[in-house]
Amino acid sequence: MHKFHVFLVIFTFLFYSCRGQKDMSIQTPTQVSYTIENVVPELEIPWGMAFLPDGSILITEIKGQLIHFKDGKKTVVSNTPDVYARGQGGFLDVVLHPQYQQNGWIYFTYSSKEGTEGGGNTALIRAKLKDGALTDVQTLYKASPNTTKPYHFGSRIAFDLEGFVYFTIGDRGEHFVNPQDLTKDGGKVYRLKDDGTIPTDNPFFNQAHAKQAIWSYGHRNQQGMTRHPETGAIWTHEHGPQGGDEINIVSKGLNYGWPIISYGINYDGSILTEKKEMPGMEQPLYYYVPSIAPSGMAFIDSDRYGDWKGNLLIGALKFQYLERLVIQDGKVIYREKLATDIGRVRNVKMGPDGLIYLAVEGKGIFKLVPKA
Amino acid sequence: MKSLIFSVVLFSVLFQNDDLTKSIARGKEVYTDFCVTCHKPDGTGTPKFFPPLAKADYLTKQREDAIRSVKYGQKGKITVNGIDYNGMMPNPGLTEDEVADVMNYILHSWGNSGSKMVTLDEVKKVEKK
Repeated sequence: MHKFHVFLVIFTFLFYSCRGQKDMSIQTPTQVSYTIENVVPELEIPWGMAFLPDGSILITEIKGQLIHFKDGKKTVVSNTPDVYARGQGGFLDVVLHPQYQQNGWIYFTYSSKEGTEGGGNTALIRAKLKDGALTDVQTLYKASPNTTKPYHFGSRIAFDLEGFVYFTIGDRGEHFVNPQDLTKDGGKVYRLKDDGTIPTDNPFFNQAHAKQAIWSYGHRNQQGMTRHPETGAIWTHEHGPQGGDEINIVSKGLNYGWPIISYGINYDGSILTEKKEMPGMEQPLYYYVPSIAPSGMAFIDSDRYGDWKGNLLIGALKFQYLERLVIQDGKVIYREKLATDIGRVRNVKMGPDGLIYLAVEGKGIFKLVPKA
Repeated sequence: MKSLIFSVVLFSVLFQNDDLTKSIARGKEVYTDFCVTCHKPDGTGTPKFFPPLAKADYLTKQREDAIRSVKYGQKGKITVNGIDYNGMMPNPGLTEDEVADVMNYILHSWGNSGSKMVTLDEVKKVEKK
């Protein structure tokens, strides 16, 4: 009997070692410490949102609208880009320049038809908002070639503490072609100066034929990106295939492995890769099996929720809740559901009031208000 | 004369079947690109959130509504095989050809009985509600 126990302990140890991370099933609290209040009603697919200094909100609808929500009223902004609205493509993220008050620049990603081929690919632009219209529109990056593949456009935007702008482009449905090839767009995180020029200290700036804007590669489809409030590092998450969604801290020039290594399998059940790790390829900070279909990412950087400060928030499209993660020493140690069954959570942001705002498909934008 | 009529009928039946076979093949690609993540490779859906397509009564009882949801997206309560779903399906942004193809694939897969071919004309006639 004693021997059997020893065997069990060893077996358990081996089991967990093989999996690479401890099983961390999500908790659903029976009592919650917040109420959920609607802020913006009746939206379709509110992909991106940004809070303007006057308290109003800019919201991208994936089908190609930019909505300015001010004093309880929605206005559709004019002169917005012509988007390629197909599948996961369309009007994607919106983020303000860190010095927005001084320069008025707003950054957008969208699926763009620009180019000679049919189809679309992800573009980063910046523009200013004047009298209900976008003005001074500048294209900062347009990935190529276009393709009619309807998925894996990315795309989130974040600024680091030095003012560089980062954005993501998914593998555009060509996982054996794009993510591991530095001469091709797709499956990458990109880094630019705020005016769109490429920083000379980018990791592949001097590599012949490489796309110089690349910051990191080997990604699948990243629909969440944010800056850590203390370290300033850029965090992303990405959709895995079936299983294998990942959280990563993206570092200069590193390879995050897709599709050579993955914790997921193909949708038809076939094996994409037997490998979960390889020398020269980064392991995720955390991976999900099964997939939650993550979208939107933010750190709680206010004191409004007590000891939740510093926790990470991720929207779960598939299981229809907002996930709160406690991270300690570079590891996820606790996962909890917020806003259980609220719907497909597309995006999450911290508001200027220090509250959590989440965008839900088919519903609108909500905030989590702590109970007094 | 009889044999000529027979040949014409046979030819059109075969021709129709050939069209259907090709449409189903194209529809499978559309399904893989747009639908598979939620409705699954075997059409079983995701319990509670996304309804099944395999042996789904909705497809035959509400054929036009099914086409409409693929063409324009779907929001609000629907009942599939006696179970209510109150979610939303984003507009996938398909061309009308692709709507017909993916419907034909769905209607002829996973034990679905098929019924008559969805044509481009039938898709064109379905309007947004």
